[in-house]
Amino acid sequence: MTARSISSTTSLTASKRIAAGFALLFVGLTLTFAVGLSSMAVAHNTAHDTRHAIGFPCH
Amino acid sequence: MIGRVVLAVLLAGIAAGLVMGVIQHVRLTPLILEAEAFERAGDPASHSHGTTPEPGAVAESGGHDHDHGEGWMPENGWQRTLATTVTAAMTGAGFAAILAAISLLTGLQITRRNGILWGLCGFLAVTLAPAAGLPPELPGMAAADLLARQVWWVCTIAATAAGIYLIATQTRAFALVLAAVLILAPHVIGAPVAPHGENLVPAELVARFVANSIAANAVFWCIIGLLLGLGLDRTAKDIYAT
Repeated sequence: MTARSISSTTSLTASKRIAAGFALLFVGLTLTFAVGLSSMAVAHNTAHDTRHAIGFPCH
Repeated sequence: MIGRVVLAVLLAGIAAGLVMGVIQHVRLTPLILEAEAFERAGDPASHSHGTTPEPGAVAESGGHDHDHGEGWMPENGWQRTLATTVTAAMTGAGFAAILAAISLLTGLQITRRNGILWGLCGFLAVTLAPAAGLPPELPGMAAADLLARQVWWVCTIAATAAGIYLIATQTRAFALVLAAVLILAPHVIGAPVAPHGENLVPAELVARFVANSIAANAVFWCIIGLLLGLGLDRTAKDIYAT
């Protein structure tokens, strides 16, 4: 218990690590969706060549 | 601590994206431009980047919606190159964020020594496995319904990644069989099939693009993994202490 409370001051607790993981997952999926999958015309036109290069389904 | 992870993600993703942007400029975008010329020649109703949109030319016919003149579109030249490079960096940051997220959620560390393995696993799941059913496409290629392809693409990546996770972490036979099923299932089910005879682009050009695209993505993923490993190496023992 003591060791745990000491370590939690200098490092991430497991629950914080999981929370950070979900936050990063959300950010990563949002970025990937915006560049690669969104059907918005502006997103498509701007990322067009990158979509083809990465291999996202396009058109 | 989280700040250092975010910084590592951004640095790895943006650096990989900038390298990808250069490779695209030299090896991939020229092939896309060539394909668009074939697409225009084969389908006079369409028009491409940098030309005045024709109100009547909303290209619903072939479904190549980058040609439909809706919304802002980068002009050919520096605008298009910049848009491509910036979106490649965004993709890099997105992929790096997903790798880091998987590491945080599973408790598997990304370090200097195993970073490239993480990158290669990303390449296997996101590039190679989907490419077996839906190879990287050029404009003007015949293709099945977009939404169906996107669903198959996303499901293939998720199933392959889950399979790789099982292989990396489990030793029981049952888990390995499940991994094989997950990795093979999308290909047994099969990708949405393109209709025949609507290809406006020569097969030789498509082959060059597919090979260059897969090679470029291998480089892209290796850089993401390596730099993420370097960036997270020093923070690892703090992040995974509990």
